[in-house]
Amino acid sequence: MTTTTLAVLVPLLPFLGAAAGLLLGRRAPGFVRPLAVLPTLAAAVLAVLVAARQGGGDTIAAATRLTPTGSVPIDLALHIDGFAALVAVLVGVVASCVQIYSTGYLRDDPRYPSYAALVSLFTSAMLLVVYSGDLMVLLVGWEIMGICSYFLVGHYWETPEARAASLKAFLVTKLGDVPFLIGLFALAADTGTFRISGILGAVAGDGLDHPTLIALLLLAGVAGKSAQFPLHTWLPDAMAGPTPVSALIHAATMVAAGIYFVARLLPLFAASAAALTVLAVMAAVTMVGSALAALAQDDIKRVLAYSTIGQLGYMAGALAVGDRGAAVFHLLSHGAFKALLFLAAGVIIHAAGTNSLTAMSRMSGLTRRIPDAYWTMTVALLALAAIPPFAGFFSKEAVLVAAEHTALGDRTVAPAGAGWTILVAGLLTALLTAAYATRLWLLAFRGRGSAAPDHGRQPLAMNTVLWLLAIPSLAFGLAVVRLDDWFDGHALTPTAVTAVLGTGIALVGGLVTYAVWRSLSVKAARLPAGPATPETVAHPDAEPALVEAEALQLPHPASGPTDPGRPLLGPLHRHAADGFHLDAVYTALFVRPVLAAASLVRFLDREVVDTYVSGAGTGTNWLGRAVRRAQTGNVQTYLSALLAGSVVLAIAAVLVAAGA
Amino acid sequence: MHLAYPAVLAALLFCVGLYGVLARRNAILVLMSVELMLNAVNLNLVAFDVWLRDTLHTGQALTLFTIAIAAAEIGIGLAIVLMVYRNGGTSDIDKLRDTTEVPGADDPTEPAGPDTAAGEKAEATA
Amino acid sequence: MNPVLAAEAPGFLSPTGVEIAFLLVGLVTLAAAAVTVTTKQLVHAALWLVVALGGLAVEYLLLTAEFIAWVQVLIYVGSVVVLLLFGLMLTKAPIGRSPDADSGNRVAALAVALAAAAALVWVVVDAFRTTWIDLDGPAQGATRVSGEILFRHWVLPFEALSVLLLAALVGAIVLSRRDRTESGPAQEGKR
Repeated sequence: MTTTTLAVLVPLLPFLGAAAGLLLGRRAPGFVRPLAVLPTLAAAVLAVLVAARQGGGDTIAAATRLTPTGSVPIDLALHIDGFAALVAVLVGVVASCVQIYSTGYLRDDPRYPSYAALVSLFTSAMLLVVYSGDLMVLLVGWEIMGICSYFLVGHYWETPEARAASLKAFLVTKLGDVPFLIGLFALAADTGTFRISGILGAVAGDGLDHPTLIALLLLAGVAGKSAQFPLHTWLPDAMAGPTPVSALIHAATMVAAGIYFVARLLPLFAASAAALTVLAVMAAVTMVGSALAALAQDDIKRVLAYSTIGQLGYMAGALAVGDRGAAVFHLLSHGAFKALLFLAAGVIIHAAGTNSLTAMSRMSGLTRRIPDAYWTMTVALLALAAIPPFAGFFSKEAVLVAAEHTALGDRTVAPAGAGWTILVAGLLTALLTAAYATRLWLLAFRGRGSAAPDHGRQPLAMNTVLWLLAIPSLAFGLAVVRLDDWFDGHALTPTAVTAVLGTGIALVGGLVTYAVWRSLSVKAARLPAGPATPETVAHPDAEPALVEAEALQLPHPASGPTDPGRPLLGPLHRHAADGFHLDAVYTALFVRPVLAAASLVRFLDREVVDTYVSGAGTGTNWLGRAVRRAQTGNVQTYLSALLAGSVVLAIAAVLVAAGA
Repeated sequence: MHLAYPAVLAALLFCVGLYGVLARRNAILVLMSVELMLNAVNLNLVAFDVWLRDTLHTGQALTLFTIAIAAAEIGIGLAIVLMVYRNGGTSDIDKLRDTTEVPGADDPTEPAGPDTAAGEKAEATA
Repeated sequence: MNPVLAAEAPGFLSPTGVEIAFLLVGLVTLAAAAVTVTTKQLVHAALWLVVALGGLAVEYLLLTAEFIAWVQVLIYVGSVVVLLLFGLMLTKAPIGRSPDADSGNRVAALAVALAAAAALVWVVVDAFRTTWIDLDGPAQGATRVSGEILFRHWVLPFEALSVLLLAALVGAIVLSRRDRTESGPAQEGKR
């Protein structure tokens, strides 16, 4: 088979799997698991094959036009360069891992068939976005992902949190998608095509008429999908979905789409210094703010969610300094270790029976219960904290190097101010990232108190996946020497200055957190013990997904005495824990005015419009009552009226005939 | 003879009959007024027939027919009046108001009028 | 007045004898009709109707329609008025003055009747002011002539009319017949 055929099959297979799963889900339950896992797995294998054949060489481009669509043609186009090939591999691998993990995680869920089909559809949409060479086709995948995220985040729709979170995820991303769509149209109007190759050619040739406007409009959509400030608020709430969905959304699909889109069209964004500056500021605010928020969260999945936002900030920062190689490199390594983090967190939540870090810190022996999750989580956290030689170190270094070069004027793609912003924010975030990674590890695995409950071994499917993902988290960074060929060509290897600076800062962050935790533990040991057993879910032996759904409902205990986040953040802690009150701000700025407008409209409808409506009815009623009085039943009256009318008509006729 | 004389006489007779139909209360008097109106028409027919010297004598033939129809009409009409009188105890036209719009009759929540209630009862027993 | 025109169409100021007779009888007829529709005594109304109908019969005679006149006397005066009197008796109409002989619709009825009369008279006079009926020559309505015409040219409608009369006869009998069961007619009436 040609590479083009293989590439077409990659998004098609999960789509067919999803369709078959939705159709057969109820009738043939035995086929659901194979239909969920096999197409995705096959797509992953094919993606690897495509990547091997493409090999970082020339772009594979193929296009077919189904039907003329008017002034600007829309093609079913493939555009596979090194970025697309590698991102597709990431998507395929992570999606396969998630599907395998889900067979264990949701093994008894009655809605598993639709869930698996939606995950397949989600994967297919992302692969479509990755491979598509036409922006309209890309938009199709983009929007399918939006609706799939809505359904998947709302998987536990019985709970109000999940309903609210799914609606929020959908609406906030849609808020970005509207300007995104307008931006796409503006872009097509300027260049006369939706083909990526055509657009890039136009940008390289004559340039665009309105590069800044288009870039900013597109950035709005990117900010919505990739959870950048100020449209990031949906992501922490999306934790209401099942953990594998979180892994899928955070690692490979939804949030990656925005970064990937900018990486594809980077020359377009680079044409506007203003857009790059906006992107840089956005990325800097996002990464620092989210790292602070992550340090204060109590829900283990919310910590990971905020860390995702921060890492996406790194990628956006790399794009802001014009280095898409670094951005996609970080996207790949982050995809690996973030998927691992989430899947391991799912295991931890199941084992601990709670998603609260404070509650976990009052348990001991969690590491013995789930050794696989413990070790793989450790690897992933080290990768997150960018400790060499784990994957995160190399990719983050690539970002920092690019920022440094831009700041010092070695690279001229982006303004130097953007470089400085990213460099400073990146280093600060590295410190905070190491701090919250350490805090997470200490609270989850170094708890003291009653022994963690024993629920037996975790399903094999889940543990296998964890170890499978631990390999790239551990070693993917070493691929840096070969990656240059796949990307734009310039080196992604770390330089001495940033490597020492970054690693040093990360170590400082981790060590300070450890020291604080240590002293707090000593203090806490002297104090009388807190509540003997932390609050856990009602059915700890149920399947993992059910445990998690119940854990979502648990009240979070007050911050524990050993939580290093509180002393580290000081007065900021309260605000950081609340996500810097952005939700409250949005409530005040948008929700309340909209609700007020809605009640105004309701008032107008009820009191004004309905008055006319019922007035018309009442008027007719009264008129009918008045006319009814004429209906006396007296035949003579009727006849009098009839004859009077006849006389009048006759006289009129005579007058007309005689007079005029 | 001037045609105006019978024509005016017919018109006036017709209007007198009209007044009777509209103003009389007793149904039989109304029937009498109807006869007056019919006779006014007959007079017209005869007068115009004589004036036109119609060889087919259409006017006179029609007059004869009208008289016959009037006889039939009075027979049927009196039978109806008799039946109404027998059933309702009156032959006053302005008391025969079965088609009156009863206030609230279209409102199912209000109790039905005595007449409709009696009618329903009769139907139920029938 | 123009004598030529007067010769062609005699004026209203010099009526012939027939005209005078027609006018006088017409006034009597009209007066009788007016009393018929206004009197408070129901039986008197029927009797005044006899006068009005009889006056009309005379008018027919004056118009040389003798057969019609005799038919008028026979059928109207002879049978219709008798029927009406029977009807009055059967409905137990009060003998003597009944103050409620006229309904409340009287004013409206008067207005309509006057308007109709004004309109009709105006139109008729306007149209037939100068039209003259020549009553000389063979009588237009002689019995022989009428009979020949009726049974030569109008025989089919005449026979159809006989069927109509039969139907009316049957209908009248059906309507006025009492059912043998006591409650039957009462129920029919209430429905």
